[in-house]
Amino acid sequence: MTEPVLSVRNLQVEFASRRGTLRAIDDVCFDIAKGEVLGVVGESGAGKSVTGLSVIGLIDPPGRIAGGEIRLAGLRIDNLPPEQMRRIRGKRIGMIFQDPLTSLNPLYRVGDQIVETIRTHLNLSEQAARRRAIDLLAEVGIPAPEKRIDGYPHEFSGGMRQRVVIALAICAEPELIIADEPTTALDVSVQAQIISLIKRLGRDHGTAVMLVTHDMGVIAETSDRVAVMYAGRIAEIGPVQDVVRNPLHPYAKGLMGAIPTLAGEDKRLVQIPGSMPRLSAIPRGCSFNPRCAFAFDRCRVERPEPLPRGAQSVACHLYDTVPAESAA
Amino acid sequence: MLAFTLRRAVQAIGVMFAVGIIAFSMFRFAGDPVNQIVSIDTSAAERAIVRKSLGLDDPVPVQFVRYFADAAQFKFGVSYQFRQPVSALLMERMPATLELAICATVFAMVFGILMGVYSALKRDTVLAKLFQAVSLVGISLPTFLIGILLIYLFAVTLGWLPSFGRGEVVKLGWWTTGLLTLSGLKALIMPSITLGLFQMTLIMRLVRAEMLEVLRTDYIRFARARGLTTRAIHFGHALKNTLIPVITVAGLQFGSVIAFSIITETVFQWPGMGLLFVQAVQNVDIPIMAAYLLMVSLIFVTINLVVDILYTVVDPRLRSTIGRAA
Repeated sequence: MTEPVLSVRNLQVEFASRRGTLRAIDDVCFDIAKGEVLGVVGESGAGKSVTGLSVIGLIDPPGRIAGGEIRLAGLRIDNLPPEQMRRIRGKRIGMIFQDPLTSLNPLYRVGDQIVETIRTHLNLSEQAARRRAIDLLAEVGIPAPEKRIDGYPHEFSGGMRQRVVIALAICAEPELIIADEPTTALDVSVQAQIISLIKRLGRDHGTAVMLVTHDMGVIAETSDRVAVMYAGRIAEIGPVQDVVRNPLHPYAKGLMGAIPTLAGEDKRLVQIPGSMPRLSAIPRGCSFNPRCAFAFDRCRVERPEPLPRGAQSVACHLYDTVPAESAA
Repeated sequence: MLAFTLRRAVQAIGVMFAVGIIAFSMFRFAGDPVNQIVSIDTSAAERAIVRKSLGLDDPVPVQFVRYFADAAQFKFGVSYQFRQPVSALLMERMPATLELAICATVFAMVFGILMGVYSALKRDTVLAKLFQAVSLVGISLPTFLIGILLIYLFAVTLGWLPSFGRGEVVKLGWWTTGLLTLSGLKALIMPSITLGLFQMTLIMRLVRAEMLEVLRTDYIRFARARGLTTRAIHFGHALKNTLIPVITVAGLQFGSVIAFSIITETVFQWPGMGLLFVQAVQNVDIPIMAAYLLMVSLIFVTINLVVDILYTVVDPRLRSTIGRAA
């Protein structure tokens, strides 16, 4: 098996707050292979974005990576000095943020921002970088790029700005793109275009994509694999068809049940009772146990560890037929 | 863009007209000008002649139109105390005030921006906290007190700098400058600091607050995610966005620097327009007071206009909204 582009092992992210240290990410493990799209879903505050930010090394204090390893094509990057990490950002890992309206500096021409990024990472002349910028804009589907390159961000629509943001993220041919809710701020019709653009770019360039979203529809359309996050942990991870058709974790089941379908119109949507615990009050044992219909005694005491089930992996005691003798 | 500039210019003229009315009405309400000019034992007939020669027995509207027409050509009548044309007096004093105001503003901008950027980027260092503390002093101490303290320290105790006046000046046509002689430069230091200190602390606090705000924005986070160097992010992306409000405030403050140089000029006996104005107030020299009022408002209005136009140069978003509105 070839080495994954991104490999995250036992990642822990903590935020120091006045009421003590809050653990936002706890023991998260996943891999993304070359050309693969990993969807990360979960409710707001489940730790999806923080996971993405810690991979690219942009966790702002008081947050910090408290444990675990992040490897980019074998190179450990979670403990690199800031300057070396900066060289990786934008060059080997590109990032797309949620709101294209605020992601671009309003005072600089779109082209200048792209050229600046290209020249930061690649040894190109001003003219060569500009030509490359025009090519990139064309590639992300901006019409008349040689004209639009001299436009300011406010002259672009939301969808077009997100395309510019994507062009910026891929301008140094990164191996990995982290897309943090790239379509949430866009119109539904534009969402589909952006999703297919990200998918196409991943395919054409062999780029691995970590797609963070709370939209299962987007995941189902785009991803090869999906990780369902809950309260800072991965509840279930596996190939997208399996997880969507046959979710194992009660939380994942609840999520899939909450997606309206066009066919079964007389079926009521399932909703998961309650809400996700705050970081300061994560329950003992399985963090989902207060909301889980299948919870039993063990769930309230012992934290479930990920268990392989076919191609999927699920962190739930229901699937642990032999009770563990030594609870970790 | 042209339409925008023209519209603003028309507004500016409107403001100047209003100020003109106020300046003119000073003559009406501040006693009989003739009494200020003649001595106590002047006969009534002679007073009538003076009154007629000054046009003071014409109807008020006629006087106003005449005053305004003259003022538009920078003719403000004759000073009661100096018996010289006010415009000549002002022109003679203006270089001193402008030089002082410009030096004070440059001082305020340079140090204000440097200190502001530093205390935003290195928020937790001792120096940044010291800047914050000093800025509090700068904002709360009155100008005259700062001037007097400086004089006491550097002129009286240490004897490094002159305590009053402009030093030697060099004549360049009608302009006189103290920038070309050593004594002129030395004389400029303390008044500039005194006059600029308040603006400096204001700019410093503004830059700090704005910079912190800008550093939290999404485009700065995205710039970091693109792997740009810290220097490019701080001084390219963040500083440029920070400077927009700073331009406005610094520009508008330049007007008040000139207007409030009255105090600094008095403390340092600086031979500028402010000192002239203070003397005029003491002697009820209304033509000078009225002219000074008009001059200062003209400066204010002009600066406002320039700031508005500069804004559009820095911020492309404004350019297009203005283009659309026009």
